[in-house]
Amino acid sequence: MSQNTCRTAAGGRIDRSRLVNFTFDGKAFTGHVGDTLASALLANGVHLVGRSFKYHRPRGLLAAGVEEPNALVAVVRDTARRTPNLRATQVELYEGLVAESQNRWPSLQFDVGAVNDLLSPLFPAGFYYKTFMWPRKAWHQVFEPVVREAAGLGKPPTEPDPDTYAQRFAHCDVLVVGAGPAGIAAALAASAKGASVLLCDEQPEFGGSLLDEPNAQVNDHPAAEWLKASLATLRGRANVTLLSRTTCFGYFAHNMLSLNERLTEHQATPMTGVPRERLWQVRAKEVVLATGAIERPLVFPGNDRPGVMLASAARTFLNRYGVKVGSRVVLVAGCDAAYLAAFELRAAGVKIERIADIRPAPGEAVHAAALSAGIAVSTGVTVLGTFGWLRVTGITLAHLADDGSVQDRETLDCDAVLMSGGYTPTVHLFSQSRGKLRFDEAQQVFVPGNSVERERSAGACCGTDGLRATLEEGSQAGTSAAEAAGKAGSAEGYHVQLLEGSMVGTPGVLPQPGNIPPSKAFVDFQNDVTSKDLALAMREGFESVEHIKRYTTNGMATDQGKTSNMNSLGFVSAEKGVALPKAGLTTFRMPYTPITFGIFAGYDRGDLFDPVRPTPTHAWAVANGAVFEDVGLWKRSRYFPRAGENMHAAVDRECLAVRNSVGLFDASTLGKIEVVGPDAATFLNRLYVNNFNTLAEGKCRYGILTREDGFVYDDGVIARLAEDRFHVTTTTGGAPRVLHMMEDYLQTEWPDLQVWLTSTTEQWSVIAVQGPKAREVIAPLVNGLDVSNAALPHMSMVRGMLGDIPMLLMRVSFTGELGYEINVPAGHGQRAWEMVWAAGLAYGMTPYGTETMHVLRAEKGYVIVGQETDGTVTPDDAGLGWAVAKSKPDFVGKRSLARPALVAKGRKQLVGLLTAEPKTVLEEGAQIAAVPEQPVPMKLIGHVTSSYHSAVLGRSIALALVADGRALMGQTVYIPMPGGAIAAQVVAPVFYDTEGAKLHV
Amino acid sequence: MSEWFAKSAAQAALTDVPEGRRWVLRGGDAALAAAGAAFGASLPAQAGGVARVAGTPRAALWLGPDEIWLGTSMDDGAALEAALQTGLAAHAHSLVDISHRNVALELSGTHAAWLLNSLCPLELTLEAFPVDTVTRTLFSKAEIVLWRTGEHSFQIVLGRSFRGYVSGLLAEVSRELAAA
Amino acid sequence: MLVIHCPYCGPRPELEFRHCGQAHIARPLDPSAQTADEWGEYLYLRENPKGMHAERWRHMHGCGRFFNALRDTTTDFFVTTYKCGEPRPAVSGTAPAGGQR
Ligand SMILES: [Zn+2]
Repeated sequence: MSQNTCRTAAGGRIDRSRLVNFTFDGKAFTGHVGDTLASALLANGVHLVGRSFKYHRPRGLLAAGVEEPNALVAVVRDTARRTPNLRATQVELYEGLVAESQNRWPSLQFDVGAVNDLLSPLFPAGFYYKTFMWPRKAWHQVFEPVVREAAGLGKPPTEPDPDTYAQRFAHCDVLVVGAGPAGIAAALAASAKGASVLLCDEQPEFGGSLLDEPNAQVNDHPAAEWLKASLATLRGRANVTLLSRTTCFGYFAHNMLSLNERLTEHQATPMTGVPRERLWQVRAKEVVLATGAIERPLVFPGNDRPGVMLASAARTFLNRYGVKVGSRVVLVAGCDAAYLAAFELRAAGVKIERIADIRPAPGEAVHAAALSAGIAVSTGVTVLGTFGWLRVTGITLAHLADDGSVQDRETLDCDAVLMSGGYTPTVHLFSQSRGKLRFDEAQQVFVPGNSVERERSAGACCGTDGLRATLEEGSQAGTSAAEAAGKAGSAEGYHVQLLEGSMVGTPGVLPQPGNIPPSKAFVDFQNDVTSKDLALAMREGFESVEHIKRYTTNGMATDQGKTSNMNSLGFVSAEKGVALPKAGLTTFRMPYTPITFGIFAGYDRGDLFDPVRPTPTHAWAVANGAVFEDVGLWKRSRYFPRAGENMHAAVDRECLAVRNSVGLFDASTLGKIEVVGPDAATFLNRLYVNNFNTLAEGKCRYGILTREDGFVYDDGVIARLAEDRFHVTTTTGGAPRVLHMMEDYLQTEWPDLQVWLTSTTEQWSVIAVQGPKAREVIAPLVNGLDVSNAALPHMSMVRGMLGDIPMLLMRVSFTGELGYEINVPAGHGQRAWEMVWAAGLAYGMTPYGTETMHVLRAEKGYVIVGQETDGTVTPDDAGLGWAVAKSKPDFVGKRSLARPALVAKGRKQLVGLLTAEPKTVLEEGAQIAAVPEQPVPMKLIGHVTSSYHSAVLGRSIALALVADGRALMGQTVYIPMPGGAIAAQVVAPVFYDTEGAKLHV
Repeated sequence: MSEWFAKSAAQAALTDVPEGRRWVLRGGDAALAAAGAAFGASLPAQAGGVARVAGTPRAALWLGPDEIWLGTSMDDGAALEAALQTGLAAHAHSLVDISHRNVALELSGTHAAWLLNSLCPLELTLEAFPVDTVTRTLFSKAEIVLWRTGEHSFQIVLGRSFRGYVSGLLAEVSRELAAA
Repeated sequence: MLVIHCPYCGPRPELEFRHCGQAHIARPLDPSAQTADEWGEYLYLRENPKGMHAERWRHMHGCGRFFNALRDTTTDFFVTTYKCGEPRPAVSGTAPAGGQR
């Protein structure tokens, strides 16, 4: 077992009394409760944590927080729970944690891919675009598989995710993003007078940079005490919601922000029943962004060796976790704030070999403090390189003369190099909100400018320097946000005692001899982009930073330029000889950090992925062995197989039962709309192609609805219940869109019409009794109602009682047989069905499903909208021209039906097809040709829309749309298939009972 | 009967609302006024408004400027229907029985709004959505009518085929309450 | 997700709404009198302006009403909404910061 050799004797926010066991790449280590994986590894002296993306260079921890680009690890709980691409700096240690490094093979210490580093001239900027251009075949067979294996960030799990994920909508007066000093001060001020406040922070512990400030005094108390008291105050307020481990990763229109809350990720044994993560979609009246700032690396050769890290990271590891990142440290400083790292490490017993300040004149206060602490300071230096492979062992410093020549070259031994190029405000969310960034000349950074949303930034994220200013700015932001939300706030003043250094530095690349961009000076650590790559991209003509970004991959992917953006802009602007803001700015895309897919799926999985809509007789169908199919959201019985039957056999049997005796079918899913009002007939007349003025009460008519473009949109039987009341049925899938279309015309075109619409789809359960014996089955059930052909002929309806259940009885048929559709209130649907079922047993009544329904209607040539039609089919194309009331002056679609293209020759028309070989069932959707043997591309004249085996005919049948099909009756067409063309004869699209005698019995 | 519990029914419970009668009334202002007289209370005119007839199970819900839902108990159904038909006879209108179209669930408990906000995008604080506010909205992929009947109780009226989906989601969300 | 002001219900989440195309295109009173070109234009030709655009929306999962809206296509923000039948409001310039709230 390894020892925590790099741990301080005391201090930090870890619980030293509690040991935690974990493994990294199979090796066992210990840490403490409160550690991150990163801090625990460093405590054990492990700096090597990853291999770089392109060159497979050994990499260590650069940072201590969310901006860490190198230490991407996979955390493995079991085979299904393997989370790749986690930043070791954000992985909270728990007992038994298993973590693995990524992007290396076979091991971190010896990675075959590191040969890429030697071959790096082959992997310049844009190598993806260059190397694999030729030969074309090689891309698929050689390059792509190899690149996919070698590159990429981590591997996803191979099994379904067993965890659950939650989602939540929330509203608040003020959302504060970031619980550092500015955010906490903002939340305190905003919530003081009752405004509802939501404060979130990505870290497990609130406090932000205060957690790294052991020596600060706020309002005469140690910062830690102020923090504790402030959080207690916030927790005590009922109007405050505190969300830790919660990353705000997206800022959307109208102050909707997305938060990712991690609930069980830190637990050794995740609590059962608790979702792993939660997506919050927060609508905030006002937003305070207190997202802080991220320290910039310095760009010099070898700035990526393990042990080279940000000065702020060293402070965090020391102050929060009690970890010394080295024993002999060189600090390369580009701003005053960096000095604090040296002071604090020295106080912890670390030898500071040198403070190498790249500026000629450091701030006086920190310079003096360094000298009085006995730390050697060089000024105006540059870094020529570092040494070491798996860990830095030395650094070469020098002065550069004006002519670029090297002076005072010296090499220092060390085991850690800290660097700081100044701080970059974290403006990702502000930028996502479409706020305009403003370049601050004095600080050489972009800060929030004009807002688009109702938000304001406070603290380091708007370039504010110093703890007191940060606290007060946060407090004021909280107050102004509460006031803007219509509530009151309570701004406070703060006083602070602390030795502070400015966070201002200069972005860019450290000068090198001869001003030649060094090759291993990394700008973007995660994407392995060096200053040389940027220079190459510019030489090759990429001017815009957006183009340079894509060509080099700088600032892309999960990193989103957190540490690299400003340095690349600094370099590009310097190379171009323009001011930095003139170089342009790339877009900050969401998510701010990688987000688990699970939270987007949320509860939408398994049985709850979509609504499953059972029909009123679902339970009966289940009990009677139905095989179901999804029709839209509905579960419909497809067929009812008996023992040993496959679908084909079951459907044959069901079809024959309907043709020879009687069948029972649940048609409840048909859409139904009750159209009521004095103008109801007028309204339907204007909408449908048919004439409804002439439809008598108690009669039904098959209606066709076209869109304004003349193409069939829906169809269904319409019954006139009363002078001013129609019962309109639609297709199963068409119900919502027909109602929408009807409301549209009523509300916006014909608001003068006195007619109103009500969806009644789910009010009625519809039981279709179809077959020659149908009347005999229902007659005993209807309390003496006359259901004879004379009293209730085809296409008529009557109200009555089915036993004790009120019903709307319609004599309609979608089978071509004598048929009734019994409409009963849906709550009685199953009971009514069972009554009919019991009555039908004596006649051998057979339940049938949608598959049989399809065959039966195809035998009769009845079209199904969406199967025979596809949005380009007119009523006449579908053989339904007879339904169009040509005498009507207008209806929706009428004008279009007269357009030249819709009456031209060559339109596809609905026909029947009989294959020469009667057993051959055509493929639905298959194309049709007039001539069998043709060169590709063939001239095609149509396609098959429906195709089945017909039991009653003992052969296959098909419906098809064929150009000028009605003129081709009797002719042979060909359906080209992989096995050769299939010949079929064009016939009328009615195959059974062509004169319709069976309907009128 | 409660379908499921959180830690306790006080936190959250879902029950079926007993069957009743419900109509959609649509029409112009004159029809709505006449219907109010027959109903026993002025029908709600404000978006989201609810009108009740004191001492009766009758409630009128504003679903749209020309769409009011009228509800009552099974026992009172025939009387109300007759009264409406008489009162509305002189006015163009549409009165459609939807008693079987929808089913209603009662979601109650201190965490009722919390459960709903898992998948309903509306703000459900008492200030934003007071008692006796009603609206059509969405719960995940299901359209629902949401009626706040008390500080900690809501009626969810939904198409009867969506009952399993909505109650299933609520049960899934509530697992977290039971675990916490 | 935008907040959209239904003229009947007030501010509501975009999820409840459905976009229904360009506003103020009246169906010709006598389509049969339309030339093929005129009818084609009514059917198919729509504006795609950069800036203020009058659109139809429907509070589909709310009150069910269709209404019209002015939206700035350069910002995505609504400037105002109004009932069907009302004239397009005279609004100049672009959507205010944060849009109509
Ligand atoms: Zn509305």
